[in-house]
Amino acid sequence: MEKRPTTSMEFEKPIHTIETKIEELRSLSDETGINLEEQIETLEKQAETFKQELYTNLQPTQRLQIARHPKRPTFKTYISLMTDNWIELHGDRHGTDDRAVIGGLGKINGRPVMLIGTQKGNSTRENLEHNFGMPHPEGYRKALRLFYHANKFNIPIVTIIDTPGAYPGLKAEQTGQGEAIAFNLREMANLTVPFVAIITGEGCSGGALGLAVSNRIYLLEHAYYTVISPEGCASILFRDALKASEAAKAMKITAEDLLKLGISDGTIKEPLGGAHNDPEQIAYNIKNTIIKALTELENLTTEEIKEEKYNKFRRMGQIIE
Amino acid sequence: MTLADWFAKRKNNKAKASDIKIGDIPLTDEEVKKLWKKCNYCQKSIPKKELKKNYMVCPECDYHFRVGAQDRIAHLVDENSFEEINAHIKPADPLGFYDTMKYTDRQEEAFSKTKLAEAIVTGFGFINGHHLALGIMDFSYMGGSMGSVVGEKLTRLIEEAIRREVPLVTISSSGGARMQEGILSLMQMAKTSCALARMHEKKLLYISILAEPTFGGVTASYGTLGDILIAEKDARIGFAGRRVIEQTIRQKLPSDFQTAHYLFKYGQVDMICHRCELKKTLSDLFDLHKPGQTFVQKEKEAQEATAGN
Repeated sequence: MEKRPTTSMEFEKPIHTIETKIEELRSLSDETGINLEEQIETLEKQAETFKQELYTNLQPTQRLQIARHPKRPTFKTYISLMTDNWIELHGDRHGTDDRAVIGGLGKINGRPVMLIGTQKGNSTRENLEHNFGMPHPEGYRKALRLFYHANKFNIPIVTIIDTPGAYPGLKAEQTGQGEAIAFNLREMANLTVPFVAIITGEGCSGGALGLAVSNRIYLLEHAYYTVISPEGCASILFRDALKASEAAKAMKITAEDLLKLGISDGTIKEPLGGAHNDPEQIAYNIKNTIIKALTELENLTTEEIKEEKYNKFRRMGQIIE
Repeated sequence: MTLADWFAKRKNNKAKASDIKIGDIPLTDEEVKKLWKKCNYCQKSIPKKELKKNYMVCPECDYHFRVGAQDRIAHLVDENSFEEINAHIKPADPLGFYDTMKYTDRQEEAFSKTKLAEAIVTGFGFINGHHLALGIMDFSYMGGSMGSVVGEKLTRLIEEAIRREVPLVTISSSGGARMQEGILSLMQMAKTSCALARMHEKKLLYISILAEPTFGGVTASYGTLGDILIAEKDARIGFAGRRVIEQTIRQKLPSDFQTAHYLFKYGQVDMICHRCELKKTLSDLFDLHKPGQTFVQKEKEAQEATAGN
């Protein structure tokens, strides 16, 4: 696979400065014939340690930028890298095929799996086609139809979620955005097949949860999962949309936070600098997580699948008695 | 005037004070606010006593004021039949959250302002003799937002309703999930929906009343999971807020957008109910869902009766 052009972020600038310097030294050494290998090597080592430090100590808002990176691998990328025999299944059977939600059957490591995901684009054209990964109620109803299908034929379900939220629009309200999500929450609770949800980028609010009442929840290292976008929280609570970075910190939305809070079952490691730097590697890591989770869940009876899902969500929350 | 006369006169004046009609003497703004309420819709001032008698509905223009949980209980539940459960549960601060104010300070402020422990009151009672579980949200406590306490109290209520095999009624009035509890608030949507999934399997009736206002996480979970959805008159109900939608689609929204009538027009609720009719409607609905005699049983009984003769 060809190396994808990357778009760099503000906090990555120091890395680029060092990298340009290395390039300059290289061309200088080529032109003049002076041996600069030693200097280049030191600089490269410096760059490497700097990168390691930078990416392991990211601020929540910097992770946010990686999660929202325009070149971040999308659901379709993962499908092509993880599955064999993929067949997409279309439509909600009530007049719409919401392109923000894609679903279908494919094989992962030889086992059939129902894969459903929100689809973002890597270009403006793609983003328009898929509504920037923001489903309408019809998208949730299409997913529901596929949940039922998987349940009927005893096929495990995997959802891959990267969405800024359910679409806030006129028509979405008319056709019951809230009801579509609510109904999915209830129906997912009663599914009896193993169900794994993976937040790969943005996991915003009910829009993400509407596909994630599952037996296992995993987050990619730089992904986030939140009750409201940091910008939304900032404008309501902090009364200033520009305070999104403070809101992101206060709301505890990173993969690490979610693991600590007992919401996530594990974090999937990303290639250095983010998934967009090596889609094949991240697809491989996700695939391994799915296989491991499904292998664990396969031993449970249908009743146990339901029971453990109930108990999982039943525990969530903190109160004083 | 002797001192004794002076006191006697003062006493007389005091006694008279209660007889003075409100229109006769000029009242301070504060006193006016205490006794009268201006209708948000017709702008007329209504005596609070009268308003209370009329279920907090404007007698002039029928506008429905927001009501708290205690008023709801008084409006709906048969006298002295309400038994509250889990009243002791209090909110925690799982994230150590602060914005312009600490979350714990906000909780204290809300408590001292409303005297409510949280944004929901749950319990069991009777409506015209029908036993039921009742969860009532109160908007005055932090905008009726749903955090861990609301989720937990509601889940326990549902679980207990399943155990007692009684129907459930919720009255929602909420701005949505409580941001101060972050992801834990979001998960309350899943938690309550899982409990409702069990209730659904047990084929117990759940009626959800959507009152002014119901938005966000509440709409997208138990709010719209009722077997029957009732929108109270004048309620605004939706998933996303009006402002967010306007910013997203960059067009003006119709004036009746997200009103009870708007939802009704698009088939999102079964009915719009006037507050004064709510108790009767609920009672009738319970009656119509009573696992009464089946037609087969009736037929058999009739046959037995004729055979006996």
